[in-house]
Amino acid sequence: MDERITQEARHFIDTIKRFVKDECMPAEDAIEQTGRLPDGLIGKMKDLGLFGLRVPAAYGGSGMNLLDYCYVIKELSKTHDALRAVISVNNGIGSMAIVHDGTEEQKKHYLPLLASGDYIAAFALTEPGAGSDASSIATTAVKENNGWILNGMKHFITNAPIADIFTVIALTDKEKRAKGGITAFLVEKSLKGMRIGNIHNTMGGKGWLQAEVIFEDCFVPDKNLIGAIGNGFKIAMKTLNEGRLSAAASAIGIGERLLSMGIEYAKLRKQFGKPIAEFEAIQWMLADSATELYAADRMLADTAYRFDQGEDIRTQSSMTKLFATESAFKIADRMLQLHGGMGFMKETKVERMFRDIRAYRIFEGTSEIQRFMIARELLRG
Amino acid sequence: MKILVTVKRVSDPEAKLKIKPDGLWIQTEGVKFVVNPFDEIAVEEALRIKEKQTGEVVVVSVGDKVVTEQIRAALAMGADRGIFVNYAGSYDSYDIANILAKIVEQEKPDIIILGKQAVDDDMGQAGFMLAELLGYPQAAFASKVEITDDKKKAKVTREIDGGLEVKEVELPCIITADLRLNTPRYASLPNIMKAKQKPVKELTVESLGVAVKPRVTVKKLSEPPKRKGGVKVESVQDLVSKLKTEAKVI
Ligand SMILES: Cc1cc2nc3c(=O)[nH]c(=O)nc-3n(C[C@H](O)[C@H](O)[C@H](O)COP(=O)(O)OP(=O)(O)OC[C@H]3O[C@@H](n4cnc5c(N)ncnc54)[C@H](O)[C@@H]3O)c2cc1C
Ligand SMILES: Cc1cc2nc3c(=O)[nH]c(=O)nc-3n(C[C@H](O)[C@H](O)[C@H](O)COP(=O)(O)OP(=O)(O)OC[C@H]3O[C@@H](n4cnc5c(N)ncnc54)[C@H](O)[C@@H]3O)c2cc1C
Repeated sequence: MDERITQEARHFIDTIKRFVKDECMPAEDAIEQTGRLPDGLIGKMKDLGLFGLRVPAAYGGSGMNLLDYCYVIKELSKTHDALRAVISVNNGIGSMAIVHDGTEEQKKHYLPLLASGDYIAAFALTEPGAGSDASSIATTAVKENNGWILNGMKHFITNAPIADIFTVIALTDKEKRAKGGITAFLVEKSLKGMRIGNIHNTMGGKGWLQAEVIFEDCFVPDKNLIGAIGNGFKIAMKTLNEGRLSAAASAIGIGERLLSMGIEYAKLRKQFGKPIAEFEAIQWMLADSATELYAADRMLADTAYRFDQGEDIRTQSSMTKLFATESAFKIADRMLQLHGGMGFMKETKVERMFRDIRAYRIFEGTSEIQRFMIARELLRG
Repeated sequence: MKILVTVKRVSDPEAKLKIKPDGLWIQTEGVKFVVNPFDEIAVEEALRIKEKQTGEVVVVSVGDKVVTEQIRAALAMGADRGIFVNYAGSYDSYDIANILAKIVEQEKPDIIILGKQAVDDDMGQAGFMLAELLGYPQAAFASKVEITDDKKKAKVTREIDGGLEVKEVELPCIITADLRLNTPRYASLPNIMKAKQKPVKELTVESLGVAVKPRVTVKKLSEPPKRKGGVKVESVQDLVSKLKTEAKVI
């Protein structure tokens, strides 16, 4: 394990290893079949402090740095992806805007609820007309008296059906857009004029939901503004910046689990009178996968560490997310192939993980958008 | 109620171990170390007793500086404070029992719980020796522990061949923990953070007045013999004759 990970985090990662093996892995099939997370398991995750890893200690969390956090997430990702998702949204995109830019009153009220897991958070940026080009959003917030009136529709919003609070990114100035015309709002689920639309039916990701969020003349009071008016685009980008490393950490965790399953199967499965591990074709699948995981892991540790030192790692964060998620998808494909027909069957968990990992190349910025941002930096000036 | 629990630092039972070239111990480089699993069970039991009775759980470990990691691990589970006996040399079970006896004199706990054995050298003697040195009653290999309402006795259930045995011992007493006594709790992140602030007292064997002189020394370690592939026999007669002539077991 990376030398720079703190002693406390190592200790906690050991705890999570045991928790994943003893409690989460046995629940995977049930989660996949029912699409629900068992209450008992969520209770234990609350007790472990998983919902508040990144929330500062002053607000009821543990205030982990990004490096330590990423390696906890990596370990948690070795089980059903829904268990990782519920944790990484509360610690990441769901709470980061409040942590970085919220008022003292917002922090005092909401962060302890998020850290304990009593509140579930969501982050609502994407719209039917605005995905990769987030600056083209059409959800508007218009000033009225001591608040704002929101109108518009978000989609693909993770946790929306179960969330208690949403960070909503809306347009406050159509001319300025990303340059001072976009603002972040904190919206409680109980607000009048806000509702959850369709729940998307997805390829993978059972147990964690995406849905539409619709605003129809929804009044949001001034005190629910996050950061300054016009600062919302920056806030959203800062939130995603950290989220990319968390996505990379998950992809590496999933990749490592797949590789160990592949190694085990290759030693066990015999064809042509010997374990398939003795065929060079299989060995190369394992070797390439291990090599990519090693590289991705080093990128993650280095980038997260530099983030914690206060460096600007936007480009490295894109590189890490791109490489880790693309690699993890290739690894999932190879390990499925290595399992032969069995890899296609739901008896093995490879089939599920293959579907789950697919989304990682899309959310938190598609692979193309990561490349676009890396190249823009290379060609600048 | 004050409970003293021992925690030994041992190599991770799941680690693949290699023997050092001199054959006297294992190679420790790159090996992960953990709290002896039976000691973890002992800590858990102490915490459960404390939660029912109120009181204090004190953990003690002997070794060089690195064993404080295992003390912190026990503190993160919920123990209140630690005692670190700084001693880097080699020792045997009797040395440990002598050191623990001194700690007991200082701390005067009501109950002392040890793991039934350490999974590295599997000696399993410290608990018995400590009871002898202190003249305390003991109940080894506990699978269940109950404290009587008057807090004067412990009822300890032990798994024996073909059944259960229940012992009643007067406090102060020594209990050693068996595998099925309980399932140790997880150390939550908030508790791991809190453990950093908990007090750990450092002592030396000299300050305790113990002269460590191991009577048992390790002469040689060797790996278990590699399993040879089996053979298929054609018939029962064949099997019986092989058992007689080759295996010489019947
Ligand atoms: C499982 C899941 C969970 C999600 N959770 C959330 C959430 O909680 N909150 C939220 O706000 N959003 C969420 N999203 C939305 C996600 O962020 C978007 O799907 C993603 O940003 C891509 O936007 P899009 O789907 O509109 O695709 P589009 O932007 O329409 O892209 C279509 C294709 O065009 C490519 N493309 C677009 N622009 C360029 C360019 N300039 N150069 C090259 N190629 C380009 C893309 O890479 C992609 O291949 C989630 C998505 C998924 C799949
Ligand atoms: C959707 C589906 C439908 C099917 N329908 C039928 C059907 O109707 N009837 C029927 O009889 N079968 C059917 N099959 C079975 C299919 O033909 C086998 O799954 C396929 O031949 C692979 O065999 P296996 O699954 O046992 O994998 P294995 O042979 O165990 O292969 C495991 C891995 O080892 C590799 N491997 C094996 N040998 C070597 C070697 N010498 N060198 C290098 N690599 C090697 C394989 O390429 C694979 O990656 C079906 C399978 C699927 C997935």
